[in-house]
Amino acid sequence: MVVQALKDQGVDTVFGYPGGAVLPIYDEIFQQNGIRHYLVRHEQGAVHAAEGYARATGKPGVVLVTSGPGATNAVTGLTDALMDSIPIVVLTGQVPTFMIGSDAFQEADTVGITRPCTKHNWLVKDTDQLSGIIHEAFHVATSGRPGPVLIDIPKDVQFASGTYTEKAKAKVSHYQPQLKGDMEMITQLVEALETAERPIFYTGGGVINSGPGASQLLRELVDATGIPITSTLMGLGCYPASGKNWLGMLGMHGLYEANLAMHGCDLMINVGARFDDRITGRLDAFSPKSRKAHIDIDPSSINKVIRVDMPIIGDVGHVLEDILKVWKARGRKVNKEGLQKWWHQIEQWRAVDCLKYKPSEKSIRPQYALDRLEQLTKGRDRYITTEVGQHQMWAAQYLGFEDPNRWMTSGGLGTMGYGTPASIGVQVAHPDALVINVAGEASWLMNMQEMSTAVQYRLPVKQFILNNERLGMVRQWQELLHGERYSHSWSEALPDFVKLAEAFGCKGILCKDPADLDDAIMEMLNYDGPVIFDCLVEKHENCFPMIPSGEPHNKMLLGEASTKDAIGSKGAVMV
Amino acid sequence: MSPLNIKKGSTKHSAYNLRSTFSDVQETHTLAVLVANEPGVLARVIGLFSGRGYNIDSLTVAEVDHAGHTSRITIVTTGTPQVIEQIKAQLGRIVPVHEVHDLTVEGGSVERELALIKVEGSGEKRVEALRLADIFRAQVVDSTLHSFVFQITGTPEKVDAFVDLMRPLGLVEVARTGVAALSRGV
Repeated sequence: MVVQALKDQGVDTVFGYPGGAVLPIYDEIFQQNGIRHYLVRHEQGAVHAAEGYARATGKPGVVLVTSGPGATNAVTGLTDALMDSIPIVVLTGQVPTFMIGSDAFQEADTVGITRPCTKHNWLVKDTDQLSGIIHEAFHVATSGRPGPVLIDIPKDVQFASGTYTEKAKAKVSHYQPQLKGDMEMITQLVEALETAERPIFYTGGGVINSGPGASQLLRELVDATGIPITSTLMGLGCYPASGKNWLGMLGMHGLYEANLAMHGCDLMINVGARFDDRITGRLDAFSPKSRKAHIDIDPSSINKVIRVDMPIIGDVGHVLEDILKVWKARGRKVNKEGLQKWWHQIEQWRAVDCLKYKPSEKSIRPQYALDRLEQLTKGRDRYITTEVGQHQMWAAQYLGFEDPNRWMTSGGLGTMGYGTPASIGVQVAHPDALVINVAGEASWLMNMQEMSTAVQYRLPVKQFILNNERLGMVRQWQELLHGERYSHSWSEALPDFVKLAEAFGCKGILCKDPADLDDAIMEMLNYDGPVIFDCLVEKHENCFPMIPSGEPHNKMLLGEASTKDAIGSKGAVMV
Repeated sequence: MSPLNIKKGSTKHSAYNLRSTFSDVQETHTLAVLVANEPGVLARVIGLFSGRGYNIDSLTVAEVDHAGHTSRITIVTTGTPQVIEQIKAQLGRIVPVHEVHDLTVEGGSVERELALIKVEGSGEKRVEALRLADIFRAQVVDSTLHSFVFQITGTPEKVDAFVDLMRPLGLVEVARTGVAALSRGV
């Protein structure tokens, strides 16, 4: 029945790991061909793989794991998906209903443990309700602000036969979030947009989650109005990096021009972002002179941390469509003179070239490694996943994303160990695409067992490890904020990654000389199979620009680019 | 503090809500939450309050529509206006929550609580307890030669006052239901 319900929902891929309490479902999976099951090596990997799959396709990812440890191992992935609003349906086995509460073997209170880390969860006690709940679960996971859901199915419920409810006949869920925005507020926003002197679009993951149509509408609106646009880590790809209005990412490690434009704007249009603390910095000094509009499908995001003047509750795609309609109907007006000055100002900030670095001849600088990766993979159908840390920020800064759903990274939760399994999920969804996991050696070790999955299913994922033998981001904070006391932030006794690759049965490449880097990257790209690329990089590199915690956007630390000119210029008065 | 220094209750509030939602003023609100009566729904609501650090002053829950599987949770909570707004939005986000009403801002409401109060004593104190119970329209629902159990209904303030009066008269135990509330009118 579970398999039938999944098929009814259009599921063809499941990531999972069997165990005692899910054997009946695995038995069903064995006897059919419609659903392909990918055996991971750890349940956390299954959830991250499903996240990668979901983010690369826009379809919900499905996970099947057993009770007890199977469920508890899935918790990190569930929390990750909740923070990043990724639609995931997790099915867990449970001990038989009559044994629940008896501390049975591999029993855990799965719905209790996962209640705060799912959008919703169910314990199914009656086989007759099973299919209906599965259909409702897919509805909840994918509508409104997407998120993970979990269905806990006791083994006796799996064994028993019951009535199957088809998807079309399933009870209509009470959960129906509002999609259309309030027209009066939308008109107010358009009016503000027509007259604003220094407007900016601040976009986020909501644009990606709303579907490719939303990105298309955003591009149309941005290009037609000529308003600059920046995006959060989660929203990269919603507007092309090569687009003329693109300012780059904002936030703690965002670009100088993007952060200063946010600080100095007079109209901020937040499209599907949530004023995360990595974005806002110090709250009382966040963009002090702007009117703010906030488009979000989740009412609880509105006025949560930043008070906004124009809240619009609705789906990004629907609201953008209405904004475009109203703006066009009112004569496509913008404040041309103001915008021209604004762009002039932004160009001055941009001239600081905050991502500037000097390539070294002796060692590979991580920025250089990503620069070369970008140049050598540009124009290909490329999907990037990352782990968490310095390499993640450098990847966001130095790689360009032209389309949505091409960038999978753990934003909200910051889960080290996310990238490898996520890359597997992405490659499953797009077997012929180039999938690269940009990793740090420390993060990569956290879920490296999934290389075995990649080898088993011949998934040619490329693990591009920037190896500085340090927990780079931790080290950076210790250097800047903890008196250079490097408490437990270096990796001793690292494995030989090339030998490790051989042990897994895939290809290993070691590169430490900048002169060899291009050839080595090409070797990785041309190899038809999974690769572990050990790129030994400069060990004490810091990630800049950086807004230290608790500082506003105009108090940015820059690396090699100097701020002197910019601060001295007229623009400094405004910020 | 109101940033425009408009006195509370002034009619100037009527056209626009000028109050900053980021004030430090602590307000007490009574929320009525209509939920699907399914397993775990109360845990979701309580978990939300503990997980996000909100206060619960009082909470009552019971099924109110058996056929419709609907329960009503009445929560009295305290927080800044911004926190109260967040609480309502977060409650509304819980999947089995159907409706959230802030009775404190949606016009007037009646709020009632029931308490059972056990008092032990004899002689003058016993007589005095009974006399006060009469004034407060509390009923005697159990009696021995040395004790009474009173049942009192009313606003939480009235119950508080009665309990305070019973303390020197031999108060033994108190059981309170928490607030149940409905909006006035239709």
